[in-house]
Amino acid sequence: MFTLEEIKRSFLVSVWFVFLTFPIMVIRVDSIEKTVQWRWMNVFWVALGTFVLSFVFRYMMRRKEMKSSDEDEQGDATGRSFLHRWLADPKYRYIVFGSLLAIAIIFPHVFSTYQTSIMTTALMYVVLGLGLNIVVGLAGLLDLGYVAFYAVGAYTYALLHHFFGIGFWVALPAGGLLAALFGILLGIPVLRLRGDYLAIVTLGFGEIIRLVLENWGQFSQGPSGVSNIARPGFFGIEMSLDTALLYIFYLMVIFVIVTIFFVNRLQDSRLGRAWIALREDEIACQAMGIDKMRTKLAAFALGAFWAGIVGVIFAAKTTFISPRSFTFIESAIILSIVVLGGMGSIIGVIFGALILILLPEYLRALSEYRMLAFGAILVCMMVFRPQGIIGSIRRTYTYQNKKKPDTKVS
Amino acid sequence: MQQPILHVSGLTMDFGGIRALNNLDLDVNEGEIVALIGPNGAGKTTFFNCVTGIYKPTKGEIDLYQKSRNTMISLLGMKPNQVTAQGLARTFQNIRLFSQMTVLENVMIGRHCRTKASILGALLRDKKTMQEEDQIIQISHEILTKIGLIRYENEIASNLPYGAQRRLEIARALATEPVLLLLDEPAAGMNPQETIELVNLIQEIASEGQSILLIEHDMKLVMSLSERIFVMDYGKKIAQGTPDEIRNNPAVIKAYLGEEVDA
Repeated sequence: MFTLEEIKRSFLVSVWFVFLTFPIMVIRVDSIEKTVQWRWMNVFWVALGTFVLSFVFRYMMRRKEMKSSDEDEQGDATGRSFLHRWLADPKYRYIVFGSLLAIAIIFPHVFSTYQTSIMTTALMYVVLGLGLNIVVGLAGLLDLGYVAFYAVGAYTYALLHHFFGIGFWVALPAGGLLAALFGILLGIPVLRLRGDYLAIVTLGFGEIIRLVLENWGQFSQGPSGVSNIARPGFFGIEMSLDTALLYIFYLMVIFVIVTIFFVNRLQDSRLGRAWIALREDEIACQAMGIDKMRTKLAAFALGAFWAGIVGVIFAAKTTFISPRSFTFIESAIILSIVVLGGMGSIIGVIFGALILILLPEYLRALSEYRMLAFGAILVCMMVFRPQGIIGSIRRTYTYQNKKKPDTKVS
Repeated sequence: MQQPILHVSGLTMDFGGIRALNNLDLDVNEGEIVALIGPNGAGKTTFFNCVTGIYKPTKGEIDLYQKSRNTMISLLGMKPNQVTAQGLARTFQNIRLFSQMTVLENVMIGRHCRTKASILGALLRDKKTMQEEDQIIQISHEILTKIGLIRYENEIASNLPYGAQRRLEIARALATEPVLLLLDEPAAGMNPQETIELVNLIQEIASEGQSILLIEHDMKLVMSLSERIFVMDYGKKIAQGTPDEIRNNPAVIKAYLGEEVDA
């Protein structure tokens, strides 16, 4: 492992990285005192870090190659990870979900309001991720403008409340349905598009929605946003700020459960299979009698629906929204959640959302390097686990003379 | 006289200045195995694509028999999925399976156009939806047993051996309950052993009354299977008849081997 050749390669890597990071890590220009600071010590740290990491990287690569050659020999046996086999057992599954639910229930009583608020945000991204998972993970339609539907939901509630004083519980379905309608509106022109072209059009759509909200002052109050949005009510009871946040947290827990329940059922249904067939091969899918148009529109509409719902909750939680909350970076984060977690895998998306939203919050001390770490993680993921943290496993049906089929991991 | 189930007349397809199909007539009767042969580029696959609605033909008539109404209905202007729903299922020249789905799921997709569970049904899982779902699984299972792929049932489709993937395509097409099954070069790339198995399989399917129209280059397969043969060249039909008639037809020999030059 530590041959001269290897050391030479790692040395070259570290020299290259020192060169690349030289402008940002070493030179610091103080524009006030007009001095240039040379931080030579950083050269050493970068060199050492990359030297060690390059060894780790090569080790991981070798392990991955060994693993894939193993898989060729053993076939199916290694196809299912330990976690999948574990979750396939319904007994364990109930224990896992039961304990997760218990954690969710006691969480706000153990941790501070700040922690609860972060967790609420993370749960919102879980639902967003699960929604986008329908479009990207199942139907294979790369949507870079998903945040548009989130914005539609949020503004539906904000504006209905601002102009007509409509409450949260009426706005919730309205926001979801309006977002679904926008999903169909986006879906119609992109029916014929695929891959890169689809990505560009959806990206444009996301920007259009944001720009309209930003510039149509009379309608949306422009860049200054809508403020004083009411928090969700509970049979008209007045709540303090802390109780309201607690209430929203529990609402969010319920929504996550409902979403998992519905998305799980959808993906195991006739429509879910049609989505996956559409992702795998569009021409064969049509030749097998699947209406491409309806299937795609259903994916866009159902995906957008969840974004709309979360949008309404977001508006109610923050009580203030502006177009700046709905920039492209939001779409990128939600997409990263789906890709990082595992496309088409519900558990994967949940993990992805928790990791991507909670980690940056708890690593605030390292916030300067957050985007750097984010990029590095994504690159490593694509190299070592392109299927995501927890990839999707196809459902298997065991056939026992007309008995109900046994469902395995979703 | 047997009932014709596919009637194509005057089918013409232009791609810009190129006439890929020129005034083609073709009939398939109920329970028949009909082969469509011709040199490369003769327009055989174009013909399939026109019939199944992937291409819009420039001119011509395509009619398919509808058992429930006992009439012929025109397939012109229908989308591929509607054509399949009317009872015309096909396989592809280069395998087009849903490679990340299991073998059983691939066949279950074929049942899509014969079932109608809605989004609401999927969410509520009411009795009717679940019955339909059970039925899909059961029928798919039966088809796989018939085709001899049952031992691969829960494998991912792309992990199957080549010959099995070809047969899975046939199984998937059969799941749509086709009036007529279109096979686009089912034996392409198969070894002799696999080809023999395929011939047996096609004969077995046909013996249950399934009408089949196939494109094939393997002459042994064509001659042993088909009751009638259509020969195409440069988008035109140059001959039709029984295998024996085709074998001795001078136009066919000319198309395949070229003309004899008088010295």
